[in-house]
Amino acid sequence: MCLAVPMKVAEIDDRTAICEVDGVRREVSLMLLDDVEVGDFVLLHAGFAIEKIDPDEAEKTLAVFREVLDAGMVPE
Amino acid sequence: MKYASEYRDPALAKGLVAAIAAEVKGYPGVMTLMEVCGTHTMSIYQHGICSLLPASIRLISGPGCPVCVTPIGYVDRAVAYARQPDTIIATFGDMVRVPGSSSSLLREQADGAQVKVVYSPLDAVALAEKHPEKTVIFLGVGFETTTPTVAGSIVAAKQRGLRNYFVFGAHKTIPTPMAVLTSDPELKVDGYLCPAHVSAVIGANAYRPLAEQHHVPCVVTGFEPLDMLRGIQLLARQVVAGEARVETEYSRIVKPEGNQKAQALLAEVFEPCDTPWRGIGVIPDSGLKIREAYAAFDAERQLPVAVEEPQEHQGCRCGEILKGKLTPKDCPLFRRACTPENPVGACMVSSEGTCAAEYKYGC
Repeated sequence: MCLAVPMKVAEIDDRTAICEVDGVRREVSLMLLDDVEVGDFVLLHAGFAIEKIDPDEAEKTLAVFREVLDAGMVPE
Repeated sequence: MKYASEYRDPALAKGLVAAIAAEVKGYPGVMTLMEVCGTHTMSIYQHGICSLLPASIRLISGPGCPVCVTPIGYVDRAVAYARQPDTIIATFGDMVRVPGSSSSLLREQADGAQVKVVYSPLDAVALAEKHPEKTVIFLGVGFETTTPTVAGSIVAAKQRGLRNYFVFGAHKTIPTPMAVLTSDPELKVDGYLCPAHVSAVIGANAYRPLAEQHHVPCVVTGFEPLDMLRGIQLLARQVVAGEARVETEYSRIVKPEGNQKAQALLAEVFEPCDTPWRGIGVIPDSGLKIREAYAAFDAERQLPVAVEEPQEHQGCRCGEILKGKLTPKDCPLFRRACTPENPVGACMVSSEGTCAAEYKYGC
């Protein structure tokens, strides 16, 4: 039930945004989140943006995954 | 899908699986890791993660499917509301098929009741606005991810001056039952994979009492398969080292302090209360009820209704499954009397229930 979808903010009108993912656009309430700008990625749950996605942390996490491969980790 | 598909790369998954095996090499015995959240349970089954793990790691599912932990009496009351004239029940889809003592919302719908599945509580507010002659009751079931959105719907209804929008709530919070399960002597949990989006709201610091007072390691983990594997690796590392800290694998979303704006809105509309969990019983301060200031929107206060005496289904082992004490295969009804087409217990009804996941994907 706690599924949420990462979506890109396309337009903002006061406390409501239009967000899109894979060509799907929908209205999203910004009631739970401040400082949202067009171009940000937000996490959408039940019609509300519940958090912004931090692009630097997202990249850092992927870098950790890649380091595992660089360390020569392969399944036995 | 950006910020999702990158976290599903099979090549990286193989590396992480090998890293987990290296982490627990030489570990004596089996460590029990509980994924608390139903969305984690689904991800583990869907991606076959349990079949990738070494024998020294056992994953068990916890009480984190909100539909599954909602007592049968709640469903009975929702059914009673659905039978009232000029009433629209608005609900997330999962609740519709949950069997009550003698009926379900789906059956009531077939008999003519107005039961509408909505994606957002705001859709329920829009229904109330569109149908001022009807009583619209939103079934507020969920954890801290969802409760702020329900709070938002109540504030929106108040701003719009609506008098026909009500919330019938069974909202629950996550860290409290985790502490209860930790204290259960029959259930030895060595580490918790903490929920992703509940934590986006409450923050990773919410698990510090579990780690610091109960000495159980906690790793806040995302729902994508690579997130899950990395979370398991970090958790296994703590268990092997005998440590108990809160770590956050899902740092692109979850902050130590969480989403304070969402917390503030939640606290504006809701306050803690004791609440019953299916299979566990009443846990003090583990629920959220609507504050007096918003009582006009509380279905329980405003809309009294006669409800049948709740009767649990004979033989259903959902209670023990929700606590991680039994697996679906231990239940005599599983795959026989209880299937997704004809579910007996909530763990089979909810798409995030452990029994539904086991039935659909096996592991």
